[in-house]
Amino acid sequence: MAFFTQQLINGLTLGSIYGLIAIGYTMVYGIIGMINFAHGEIYMIGAFVAVIVFVLLSMIGVGSVALALVVVLLLSVLITSLYGWTIERVAYRPLRGSFRLAPLISAIGMSVFLQNYVQLSQGARVKPLAPQLPGGVVLFEQAGFAVRLSAIQVFIWVLTFVLMAVFAWLIARTALGRAQRACEQDARMAALLGIDVDRTISLTFVMGAALAAVAGVMVTLYYGVVDFFIGFLAGLKAFTAAVLGGIGSLPGAVLGGLLIGLIETFWSAYFSVEYKDVAAFVVLVLVLIFRPTGLLGKPEIEKV
Amino acid sequence: MSVADTEIKSGGDRMAAALRDAGFAALVMFGLMALIVGVRTVDAEGKLGAEFRFDWVLIFCAAVFLGRLGVKLGIGSGVGSVLARPLGRLGGALTPYSQHIIWLGLGFSVALPFMPFADRYVIDVATAMLIYVMLGWGLNIVVGLAGLLDLGYVAFYAVGAYSYAMFAKLLGLSFWECLPLAGLMAALFGVLLGFPVLRLRGDYLAIVTLGFGEIIRIVLINWYTVTGGPNGLSGIPRPTLFGLPFTASPPDGVTSFNEFFGIDFNPTHRIIYLYFVILAMALIVNFFTNRTRRLPLGRAWEALREDEIACRALGINPTNTKLSAFAVGAMFGGFAGAFFATRQGFISPESFTFFESAIVLAIVVLGGMGSQVGVVIASFVLIVVPELFREFADYRMLFFGLGMVLIMIWRPRGLIAHREPTIRLNGGSAAK
Repeated sequence: MAFFTQQLINGLTLGSIYGLIAIGYTMVYGIIGMINFAHGEIYMIGAFVAVIVFVLLSMIGVGSVALALVVVLLLSVLITSLYGWTIERVAYRPLRGSFRLAPLISAIGMSVFLQNYVQLSQGARVKPLAPQLPGGVVLFEQAGFAVRLSAIQVFIWVLTFVLMAVFAWLIARTALGRAQRACEQDARMAALLGIDVDRTISLTFVMGAALAAVAGVMVTLYYGVVDFFIGFLAGLKAFTAAVLGGIGSLPGAVLGGLLIGLIETFWSAYFSVEYKDVAAFVVLVLVLIFRPTGLLGKPEIEKV
Repeated sequence: MSVADTEIKSGGDRMAAALRDAGFAALVMFGLMALIVGVRTVDAEGKLGAEFRFDWVLIFCAAVFLGRLGVKLGIGSGVGSVLARPLGRLGGALTPYSQHIIWLGLGFSVALPFMPFADRYVIDVATAMLIYVMLGWGLNIVVGLAGLLDLGYVAFYAVGAYSYAMFAKLLGLSFWECLPLAGLMAALFGVLLGFPVLRLRGDYLAIVTLGFGEIIRIVLINWYTVTGGPNGLSGIPRPTLFGLPFTASPPDGVTSFNEFFGIDFNPTHRIIYLYFVILAMALIVNFFTNRTRRLPLGRAWEALREDEIACRALGINPTNTKLSAFAVGAMFGGFAGAFFATRQGFISPESFTFFESAIVLAIVVLGGMGSQVGVVIASFVLIVVPELFREFADYRMLFFGLGMVLIMIWRPRGLIAHREPTIRLNGGSAAK
C-alpha cells in the first residue's frame, strides 16, 4: 500500500507536467488543426532557460528561493513565448492554405532545427542543477517504506490545477477566448466579423508556449537534470495525453496528462522500467483506434 | 507583405518603416538568443557555471537586422526566391532532356568504380548514398504517392537490418537468401502496423508511426538476448558472389573470389561488388515503382492522396490500398536495411533513431514528393555534399531542419525536381 501511494504521488506529478504541455498541443490543434511538432522543443527551451537563469542568479548571489523562482518563471515564460510567437510567424503562417501535410513537415523541420540549435549552443551533455526547492513531509510509514510528499510535488500539482482553471476561464469567458473559439469553428467567417485571425492564432501559440515553459521550469526543479533531447519524448507523450483527453479540450488535456503519467509510473513500478515509453505509445494507438475523439472530446466529422 | 506597406507613400516613410521593422526583427532575435546562445552553462568544479558569448548574439542580431532591412527595401524579394526560382527554372528547363540526363546519370553510376578517382572511400560514400536512395524511393511510395506521412520509416529499415543480421548469423543463410527475407519481414511489420492505424487521419497517422519507430528502437535496446541490446550485433556475414567470399584467407574447402578468377586479393573488390548489387537493386526498385504507378493500384495510391472521400465513392477500398503502399514502402526500407547491415558488418539501435527518419523524409521532401529523380538528386545533396564539408558535420542536422522549413515555405512541391501528375483529366494520360 505504501509503495502504491508513493507511485500514485509520483505519477500525478509527472502527469501534471505532461498535462501542462498537452494544453499547448490541444489549443493549437483546436484552432488551426495542426500538430505543433515543435511544441516539445519549446518545453525543452523553457527548461534550459530555467537552468541558465538559476545559474546566473546564483552567480550574482540571489539567496532567496522564492525570488529566484519568480524571476525564473517570468523569464522562462517570456522567452519561450517569444519562441512560440516566432515559430508560428516564421514556419507556420506562410503555410496557411498550402497542402495538408506542409505545416506538419515544416514543424518537424523546426523541431529538428531547435534541438540542434540548443545542442550546439549549450552542448550535448546533461545539465545538472542542485535542488532549489527542498522540503517535504513523510506522509506515513509502512513496513519500513516511507511515503514521501515533497514540497515541489505539491507545488507542481497546485500550479497545474490553477493554470488549467485560469486558461479554461480565459477561453470560456474572455473576448480573446471567444475569438479563439470563433477561429476554431470557421476562420474565414471570424475574419469577416472583424476578428484578427492572425493575431488570435499568434496568441494561441504564445499561450501554449507559456504553459510549456512552466512545465519546463517544473521539470527542471523536479528532476534537476536537463538535456537537449528531453523535448522529443515529453512532446510525444504530451500529444498522446492531448489525444487521450480529447483534442481541443483543456480539462481533457490535463486529465489525459495525469492518466499518461500514472500509466507510465505504474508500468515502470510494477512491470518494467525499460518499456515504460512503450506503454504510452500503446495507449496512444489504442485510444486512436477505439475512441479517436478521446475521453472528453467532441466527435469530428470530416467534410469534403 | 503587410497592409501597412501599401499605404506608405514617400521614400522617407518607407525607409523609416523598414528601419522600424528591421529593428523589431533584431530585437526579437536578441530576445531569442540572449540567454540560450549568449550564456553557455559549463561544468565548473562539480556544479554549473556560465560562460558569456554575447558577441555571437550581436552578430546574429546585426545579420537579422540587415537581412530584414534588405527584404523590406525590396533588394530581391527574399533570399529564398532568389535561390529557389533559378533552381526551379533549371528544373523546368531540364525537363525535356530528363531522359538523356537519366541515362547519363545511370552511365556514370555504372562507370563510377572504374574511374581514376574512385578509391575505396568514394565507392563507400556512393554506396551509402544508394542506400538512402532506396530508402527515399521506399518512403516516396508511402509519402509521395499515397500521401501517408510516415515518421517511423526507420523502423522498417531497422527490421530489415536486424532480420538480415539474425538470419545470416543464427541460421547461417547466405546473402541472397537473407535479402528477400529481410524485405519480407519489413513488409510484414508494415502490414502489422498498418492494419490498425491506417484508418487514422493524416497527422494522427504521423504521430502513431513515429511512436512505432520509437517502440521498435526501445525493443532493440532492451531485448538483449536476441538483439544484443545497446551493443548491437557485430560480425554480420559479408555478401558473397554465388558462394565466392571476398576474403584474403577463405576457410578450407571454399574458393575465394580472387582465387576463382585468378587475380590478386584486393579488399576494394568487395566494396565494388556491394556497390553494384545495391545499384542493381535500386534500379529494380525504381523500375517496379514506375511500372506500379501505371497499374490500377498505383493510380489508386495517387487518387487516395488527392481525395479519400471521392475514392471511397468510386469503390476503392482505402484501407487495402494504403496497406499495400505501406507494405511496399516497408519492403524497400527492409532491403535498404539489409544492405546497410552487410555493408557495416555491425548494427546497433543507435543507427535507427528518429533523425534517420527525418533525413529520409527530408530527402523525399527536398526531391519533390513523388518524384523518383528528385530523390536521387536530394540524396546526393543531403548525403554526399555533407561528406565534402566534414568539418561542419555538427551543423548538418541544423541545416536539415532549417531546409525542411524553408522548402515548405518557398517551394512546397520540391526544390529541384518538378513532377507532372501521372494522369490528367482533360487531354488524356500523361504518364511519365
